[in-house]
Amino acid sequence: MLRRKGLRKSKWLVNTVLAIICLIWTIPTLGLLVSSIRPAADILSTGWWKVVPHRAWTTAEQLQLPRETDLRGPIEVGGVTYTDDQLRSGVEQDGKRLIWENRRARLLNVQEKGWVANTQFTTQNYETVLGGKSYSITMPDGSTKTEKGSGMSRSFWNTVAVTVPATIIPIFIASFAAYAFAWLRFPGRRTLFVVIIALLVVPLQVALIPILRDYTALGLNGTYFGIWLAHTAFGLPLITYFMYTSISQLPRDLFESAFMDGASNFTIFSKLILPLSVPSLASISIFQFLWVWNDYLVSLIFLGSQPEVQVLSMNIANLVGSRGNDWHLLTAAAFVSMLMPLTVFFALQKYFVRGMLGGSVKG
Amino acid sequence: MEPQANKGNALRLLFLTVLVPTINIVAHWLIFMFFRNSGLPPIANALLAVAWGALGIYSIYYTLNWVVEQYPEQWRRRILPFIFVGPAVLLLGWLLVLPTLRTLYLSFFDASSTGFVGLANYAAVFTDRLLVMALRNNLLWVFFGTLACVSLGLLIAILADRSSFERLAKGLIFMPMAISFVAAGVIWKFIYYYQPGQEQIGLLNAIVVALGGEPQAWLSMIQPWNNLFLIAILIWMQTGFAMVIFSAAIKSIPESILEAARMDGAGEIKIFFSIMIPYISTTLLSVTTTIVVFTLKIFDVVMIMTGGQYETDVVATQFYRQLFMYQNAGYGSTLAIVLLIAVIPVIIINLRQFRREGGF
Repeated sequence: MLRRKGLRKSKWLVNTVLAIICLIWTIPTLGLLVSSIRPAADILSTGWWKVVPHRAWTTAEQLQLPRETDLRGPIEVGGVTYTDDQLRSGVEQDGKRLIWENRRARLLNVQEKGWVANTQFTTQNYETVLGGKSYSITMPDGSTKTEKGSGMSRSFWNTVAVTVPATIIPIFIASFAAYAFAWLRFPGRRTLFVVIIALLVVPLQVALIPILRDYTALGLNGTYFGIWLAHTAFGLPLITYFMYTSISQLPRDLFESAFMDGASNFTIFSKLILPLSVPSLASISIFQFLWVWNDYLVSLIFLGSQPEVQVLSMNIANLVGSRGNDWHLLTAAAFVSMLMPLTVFFALQKYFVRGMLGGSVKG
Repeated sequence: MEPQANKGNALRLLFLTVLVPTINIVAHWLIFMFFRNSGLPPIANALLAVAWGALGIYSIYYTLNWVVEQYPEQWRRRILPFIFVGPAVLLLGWLLVLPTLRTLYLSFFDASSTGFVGLANYAAVFTDRLLVMALRNNLLWVFFGTLACVSLGLLIAILADRSSFERLAKGLIFMPMAISFVAAGVIWKFIYYYQPGQEQIGLLNAIVVALGGEPQAWLSMIQPWNNLFLIAILIWMQTGFAMVIFSAAIKSIPESILEAARMDGAGEIKIFFSIMIPYISTTLLSVTTTIVVFTLKIFDVVMIMTGGQYETDVVATQFYRQLFMYQNAGYGSTLAIVLLIAVIPVIIINLRQFRREGGF
């Protein structure tokens, strides 16, 4: 009886601690999402958490002081005197706060604490980052500012054009190789496979300088084809190893009966092995897809920031560099780039986790 | 009659063996040129590129296999494996193995790769102020990043195992792994954002102000401890990975062992240290090495958050800087080789493991 009570108490404690950790883990993403749909002026003047109802000073009435009031001397309001400095930062009196609305016009706000929520939302930020046109936005001080769109939709399609082939090509090549390593006998098989395992954790920095020189000579810099090849090579060791462990565990009888029926290796591979390996293929595809989608280094070096080819991560990195304080743009841009990974994560969680665990060693 | 037919056949085979690969190369080169010069709208360009990438690779294998099928049985059996592994081996050789050797070679040469300098670049890595700082920061990353990811991952795995919302909790903690370091950089830059005055829109400074403190420019303050604010991002992203693996390992501990220990009066803390930790020690080691390797190569986060300013450079960002800003291929190559040397123990562990598991 006593023990059960203790257990229930500890379960309550466990749940609370875990809930707090989960909250801490979620808040950063939540802040980004909320900020990305707030108007630019709001983002820059109040924290995003102010969208939640909270107690704040709200102006109840305004007092017009005589225009000739001397700001250097004591200022009398309702029988009490204040200094200009006090009124500038706000001064509390009987649960009310006095603060200048317009110091030059001697206009004073009388504020009371009340429940408020800054719940103004907009899709303007997304329109601006996605498009390439110019937009005018309102700033906190009421002025308007014209800014150029960041062409994210173009980058989005560029990222698709880089990512999909850079996923399909290495998986195709690696699966063929894995099949050969697992079920065909040929000289050099063991040596080649040992090299592939050794390459698993090799940091890709060791390859960048020479590849860059080759690419410059071949005119492959800044082309989709060049970056497909680079991503293919960097992904191959892992995908080959992953597919090898999956394909080599298929039962031998399967192959023998297929051979008996006169099927060629190519037929066996495409009609038998690939369909049987769909779960593994799905896991490793998701891993490679997200790895390429999220990649920054490889596209920075081989693709560059020409608008015709630049991918999402490059686009955001440039925004961070050139518009580092324009949070309405940065948050929306970052969320656009997260859209695909988050969709994959929530839709295909099982395969996603398997792929991530299998792929965590990637160089 | 017979020999003549054979001869004709051999000629035909030779012809096909040369023709089909040539057609492949020419066709793909033409498509490549088309894409490079095309001014298509982005969506059309993307879809065509995707189609080319997918169908192109299939057609290469398909046609090469067709050529091999024309050969007599015994030849077919000998050639086919090389058609299957060939593309993988060629690509790995050209874009990973040879470049590694070439980088090693370049690391013995000066900035413009013309004059041989022996080990001077390696000496510089341990004496040049910038490079030493990059090494020191990488050590900070590896130590604090790995320590926090592993211990937090283990803690959360154990908590989740006993909680009433395990799936949800694991999903939330794992989620940051899906997004890019660039996006995570934006998220955290916003959290650390500092503006003069009392109204703070960055979460961290708002909390500090609410607690009565002074807002700080976190990313440029007291060096080198500002690195810890960058490391926090790694922890946020990678703890989920450690947690998922630990969670699986913990679940594989037989309930009977835990139950027996509880019967003997062991407390939860004792159970943790004398049963759980030894039981999952292999997993612990492999998760640790994985995160260490990952952390050694950290690049995107530093690049986005500070660009390596305020003494936050790491080896990978310094590599980039040496290469593209200072045009020093010698230092660049040497830094890359330093990273390679750092992962060599892991390579050896992997190979041992492979041999122990029976190899082939």
